[in-house]
Amino acid sequence: MIAVFRRELAAYFATPVASVFIVVFLVASGALTFTVGGFFARGQADLLPFFSFIPWLFMFLVPALTMRLWAEERRLGTIELLLTLPLAQWQAVLGKFLAAWAFCAIALALTFPLWLTVNYLGDPDNGVILAGYAGCLLLAGAYLALGAAISVTTRNQVIAFVVAVAACFVFSAAGSPVVTEFLSARLPVLAEVARALSVSDRLAGFTRGVLVARDIIFFASFIGFWLFVNMILLDLRKAD
Amino acid sequence: MTALIEIEHLTKRFGTFTAVEDVSFSVARGEVVGFLGPNGAGKSTTMRMLAGFMTPTAGTARICGHDVVEEPVAAKRCLGFLPEGAPTYPEMTVQGFLSFCARVRGFRGAELTERVARAMSLTRLQGVRLQPIETLSKGFKRRVGLAQALLHDPPVLVLDEPTDGLDPNQKHEVRELIRRMAPEKAIVISTHILEEVEAVCTRAIIIAHGRIVVDATPRALLGDAPSLDHVFRRLTMPSPAAEAAPTAQEAA
Repeated sequence: MIAVFRRELAAYFATPVASVFIVVFLVASGALTFTVGGFFARGQADLLPFFSFIPWLFMFLVPALTMRLWAEERRLGTIELLLTLPLAQWQAVLGKFLAAWAFCAIALALTFPLWLTVNYLGDPDNGVILAGYAGCLLLAGAYLALGAAISVTTRNQVIAFVVAVAACFVFSAAGSPVVTEFLSARLPVLAEVARALSVSDRLAGFTRGVLVARDIIFFASFIGFWLFVNMILLDLRKAD
Repeated sequence: MTALIEIEHLTKRFGTFTAVEDVSFSVARGEVVGFLGPNGAGKSTTMRMLAGFMTPTAGTARICGHDVVEEPVAAKRCLGFLPEGAPTYPEMTVQGFLSFCARVRGFRGAELTERVARAMSLTRLQGVRLQPIETLSKGFKRRVGLAQALLHDPPVLVLDEPTDGLDPNQKHEVRELIRRMAPEKAIVISTHILEEVEAVCTRAIIIAHGRIVVDATPRALLGDAPSLDHVFRRLTMPSPAAEAAPTAQEAA
C-alpha cells in the first residue's frame, strides 16, 4: 500500500498535474479571498472568507484529481498490471486515495501566506484557523473518496470529471437554504436527510472553530463509505 | 513432476457470450506451454483469470497450490504476469517503474536494488534505465513489461504475447531467455507465431471458441502435415474444426 501511495504521489509531480493544480488553487483561493471575500474590508483578523470559498473551489479541483485515478489506469491498461501484483484490492484503493489526499494537504499547506498575513495584520485565533484547515482537509477527503468511486466506473476521464463535479455539487448544495427551503415546503422528510448529508454544513462548524465529534464521524464515515463503494465497484468492473 | 499451474473447468461468460468454456489443463515445472488460438478465442481471458484479474464464472485455477479466487494475493506472489500489450506507467523511468513493482512485491533496500538490476540485465534494459518509459520504442516497452514479470524470479510465468512488436533479434533473445529459465519454472506463453511454438515450447494447447481443441507436443501436433500453419488452420477454421477436434485429441 505504501508503494502504491509513493508511486501515485510521485506521479502527480512527474506530470504537469501537480503544478497546474496547485497554481490554479492558490491563485483562485487567493483572488477570491481578497476580492469577493473582502479580506481587508471586513476588518477582522480571520480566514473565514478563505474557508467559505474552499468548498466551491474543491468542487471543481478535486474531481480534476480524481478523474484520472482509475480511468487513466483503465485507458493505459495498467489496471491489469496493478491488480495482478500481489496487493489486496483495498490496498490499491487506499493507497491511491491517500496519495491524492496527501496531495490536497500539500496544496492546502501552501496557502500559508494567508495565515502569515492575518497574523501580521492582527491577532487571530489560530486555533480556529487550524480547525478550519482540518475541516477543509476532511472536505477534500470526502470529495476525493466520492470522485474516486466515480472514476472507477469509466475509462473516460471527461465523464469521470463531470459526474464527480455533479456529485460533489449535490452533496454541497444539499444543505444550502435554497434546497432545504424547497424541500421542507414540499417534502419535509427529505429536507432533514438533505441537511444531514450536506458536506458544506459540516464544514461550517469547523471554520467557526467548533470541533464536534459528530462532524468528524460524519466525514470519516462519508470517506469510508465511498472508499468501500470504490472497492466493490472495482471488484465488479475491474476487467470491463 | 509437480503441477505448478492447475486449471480446472475454467469458464468465463460475458452476458450471453461464452469467452472461455470448461478449460482444464495443468502445467508442471520444466514445461513451456504455447497457448495458441485465433484472435478472440479466449487466450487472454484465460490468462487474465489465471492472473487473478478476471473472476471466473465457474471453475478455478491454482498457482503453486494457491487458489486464484480464494487466496489471490498468495497466488499472485508465485506468478510473473505479462499482460497483453505490456502496459506500463508512461511517465515513470524504467528503473522507477521496476522499483515500484519490486516494492509492491515486498523487496526493500539492497535486495530491491539488486533485483531490479538483475531484471534489467536479463532483459537488456540497463542502457535506458533512467529514461521515461513513454520515450522508449515498442520493443523496449515490451521488455520493461517482461522485466517486471521476472523481478521476483517467480516459479510460474504467464506471458501474453511476449514477443509481439519485437524485431527478429529481440525475439530471438526473448526465446533464449525463456529457454534458459524453462527448467525450473512452469511457463505459459500465448502467441500467434507458430514457429515460436516449435522453437521454445514443449507443449502446445490450441484454443478456439473458448474451448481447448488440442493439447499435444508440437511434434505430435505436426504429425505428417507440411507445417504447423496447416494444422492450426485445420483446427481453428469454423466448420472443419468441430470434426477435427476429437481426432486430434486422440492423436495427442
